[in-house]
Amino acid sequence: MKYVDEFRDPELITRAAEEIRRLADPNRHYRLMEVCGGHTHAIYRFGLKDVLPPNIELIHGPGCPVCVLPMGRIDDALSVAADSDVIFAAFGDMMRVPGTNGSPLEHKARGMDVRIVYSPTDAIKLAKMNPQKHVMFFAIGFETTAPSTALTLQRAKAEGIHNFSIFCNHVTIIPAIRAILDSPDMRLDGFIGPGHVSTVIGCRPYEWIAKNERKPIVVCGFEPLDLLQSIVMLLTQLQKGEAKVENQYRRVVPWEGNRAALKAMAETFQLRPYFEWRGLGFISQSALRIREEYAEWDSEQRFHVPGIRVTDPKAAQCGEVLKGVLKPAQCKLFGKECTPENPVGALMVSSEGSCAAYYNYEHRKANLLTSISASA
Amino acid sequence: MCLAIPGKIIEIAPDNPNSALVDVVGMRRRVDLGLLEDDKPVPGDWVLIHVGFAMSKISEVDALDQMRTLEMLGECEAAVQEVRGYGLEEIEDKAS
Ligand code: SF4
Repeated sequence: MKYVDEFRDPELITRAAEEIRRLADPNRHYRLMEVCGGHTHAIYRFGLKDVLPPNIELIHGPGCPVCVLPMGRIDDALSVAADSDVIFAAFGDMMRVPGTNGSPLEHKARGMDVRIVYSPTDAIKLAKMNPQKHVMFFAIGFETTAPSTALTLQRAKAEGIHNFSIFCNHVTIIPAIRAILDSPDMRLDGFIGPGHVSTVIGCRPYEWIAKNERKPIVVCGFEPLDLLQSIVMLLTQLQKGEAKVENQYRRVVPWEGNRAALKAMAETFQLRPYFEWRGLGFISQSALRIREEYAEWDSEQRFHVPGIRVTDPKAAQCGEVLKGVLKPAQCKLFGKECTPENPVGALMVSSEGSCAAYYNYEHRKANLLTSISASA
Repeated sequence: MCLAIPGKIIEIAPDNPNSALVDVVGMRRRVDLGLLEDDKPVPGDWVLIHVGFAMSKISEVDALDQMRTLEMLGECEAAVQEVRGYGLEEIEDKAS
């Protein structure tokens, strides 16, 4: 009962759930991918899967930036930070992500200067406060956080902060969706589109999914009602045989995106020819590197970066889970060797990782179902 | 990091149009407005904040809904922690 009471309007939830049941063809199995890790988290947290009829399957997508980063990138950055003159600064989300020889936090325990920052501009402040050291900010995220890194680069250049650089791991969402659509073992009927990434890129970049791939995509908010409404919109399109881009999250996402953010990104970043993603392999033009004009603030141009490539531990099936081929609990290590307290893979670290979300909420699954049927 | 945290603009710094004092669940923090150049918020406006940067303007109703969503997601504490973390100088000032 608890969750339903918290909802903005429990009656609307019940109605949306009924609408979904009405629209879903019982002879058909629907596979809908939620691209964004925030949605994965919300879906488990609210127990939404139990509100949906069994023939609607939600497939977790690659939209958790911590999860898709291959371990070699962490090893690379930590190898630069092994120099005692370097401070390794990153968001809290990164701290417990395992590298080959342990996470940033474990390196800190062994004496590395590792600091949590909550905003990239704070990494600049850290550099100002430690003029005798070099601060390397480990930048991570999709288009949600890339514009902040872009402005931070511009500020660092404008202010002439010379003991500061960025180890850039920013990735872009569209090529990842393309890679998933191209993979032969994946059959999808439609997409629940990322909400906050779309605040920046807008809805236009998804149009090829509708036009060329003939799949509907609905940009979606993060409340339970948002998710259910987006599923209603997807099923409506599927029922009519349509494939369009729709914006359910209009209260936040402008169709054209955020021009200032895109401009800052274009001025500071360029596309890498290719970049390795955990589980998805090398994807061309799927990540951002820092432009030549900002070379001084690019850790990769400034320091020797070994370019370490490591495969995940053999039994870990993070790649399959990231591609949506396996469910988290189907990984051999799930809940045994790999738990949120002792994560083997990054999907178990971040709250947006599907393994952590599944682990944390699995036991609450029944709640929403009981309360929905009780209130119906 | 991917959280969108709602906050209300209290004042814009007189010496820096990109720096705003923002109220987030009772905490006051400096937030960067550089990404809202095309549509600058004014005091009283609500914004969604990502990693210290205001990313979009939203209505008050939606801001309150967003806060409730964070609460329901069990992310409220993470959001508060993130916001508390903004502005290193203040923290270092207190520490020294
Ligand atoms: S349970 Fe652990 S090892 Fe298995 S896929 Fe999830 S994060 Fe990777």
